[in-house]
Amino acid sequence: MSAPALNVPKTARSGGRTNYEMWSWIFMRVSGIVLVFLVLGHLVIMNILDGGVQRINFAFVAGRWSSPFWQVWDLLQLWLAMIHGANGLRTIINDYSERDQTRFWLKAALLTATVFTIALGTLVIFTFDPTIS
Amino acid sequence: MTTTVPEQIKRLDVTFKIARFIPETDDAPHYEEYSVQALPTDRVLTVLQQIKDEIDGTLTFRRSCAHGICGSDAIRINGRNRLACKTLIKDLNIKKPVVVEAIKGLPLEKDLVVDMEPFFQAYRDVMPFLITDGHEPTRERLQSAEDRARFDDTTKCILCACCTTSCPVFWSDGQYFGPQAIVGAHRFIFDSRDSGTDLRLDILNSQEGVWRCRTTFNCTDACPRGIEVTKAIQEVKRALMFRRD
Repeated sequence: MSAPALNVPKTARSGGRTNYEMWSWIFMRVSGIVLVFLVLGHLVIMNILDGGVQRINFAFVAGRWSSPFWQVWDLLQLWLAMIHGANGLRTIINDYSERDQTRFWLKAALLTATVFTIALGTLVIFTFDPTIS
Repeated sequence: MTTTVPEQIKRLDVTFKIARFIPETDDAPHYEEYSVQALPTDRVLTVLQQIKDEIDGTLTFRRSCAHGICGSDAIRINGRNRLACKTLIKDLNIKKPVVVEAIKGLPLEKDLVVDMEPFFQAYRDVMPFLITDGHEPTRERLQSAEDRARFDDTTKCILCACCTTSCPVFWSDGQYFGPQAIVGAHRFIFDSRDSGTDLRLDILNSQEGVWRCRTTFNCTDACPRGIEVTKAIQEVKRALMFRRD
């Protein structure tokens, strides 16, 4: 048995160095930390304080979203949670799907669902009209 | 071979449940049990050899130095990747059969033997050799003790594949470089004499590089040389994050 031939070592793809995987990794850590506070805060406000979930109705939501603070909070929570979750699913797709076609369609479905949810949520937060009912 | 056994050391009844696979006849591995008498101080490798010699000569496994240096006999013992030659019977629970399987994630060839080629290819891909630039020095390339200590841990690797084949990411994604290749790269990335750091970091920055690591710590637990594998991977991640372009 002869020694295996040395292949040309793998090099980063042409077109310059990309740090995509690194930034996606860093994003997961940072968004995770921020979400701990946003989501726990959200859960406490919605479910525990002032009578908890019983008091939530149209007026309650309308009252919250009249303040830019809660608009930013909810917007940040929506974007971070959606991108964090989608990126995690992307990693899982990379782990478990072997055929290029399967990968492509799973990622296409993931991207569609993510973009749709983010767009719809963002639209609602910015165009919410408390006078309709 | 007969050995004289002192009276106080009793031979123990040990049952090994071994995953057998004969590619010519089997579709999938199946378990077979073998009962032998062994000393508490016997190694798993000794018992495997005993089974091969006395019960079933077709049992196939790799062994070479049998002293924990060559890295040939990495196997899965009771679900943990270990070197057969460094695991003693007294450290196993022999009230139940000891489950012995081939390491996972590499193509199974026969019984406990796997094809190591994908594993070695990942190692070759990180260029595990000194890369220098500039003129060849006329004297030895000197290095301070501190600089040498920087990568001392990762010089201990014996390429047994215990770490890489204990990694759940590697099990599901065989394209991942795996802990060993990152350890192999770490050994040169942090070597002050080497100037190929950027090349290796670029390779490990790819989609199948260090960012696939989920910090499971299976590799650190599996390493028979006690290398802090997960720490080495994290150090490569840190080097990537803080490198100057």
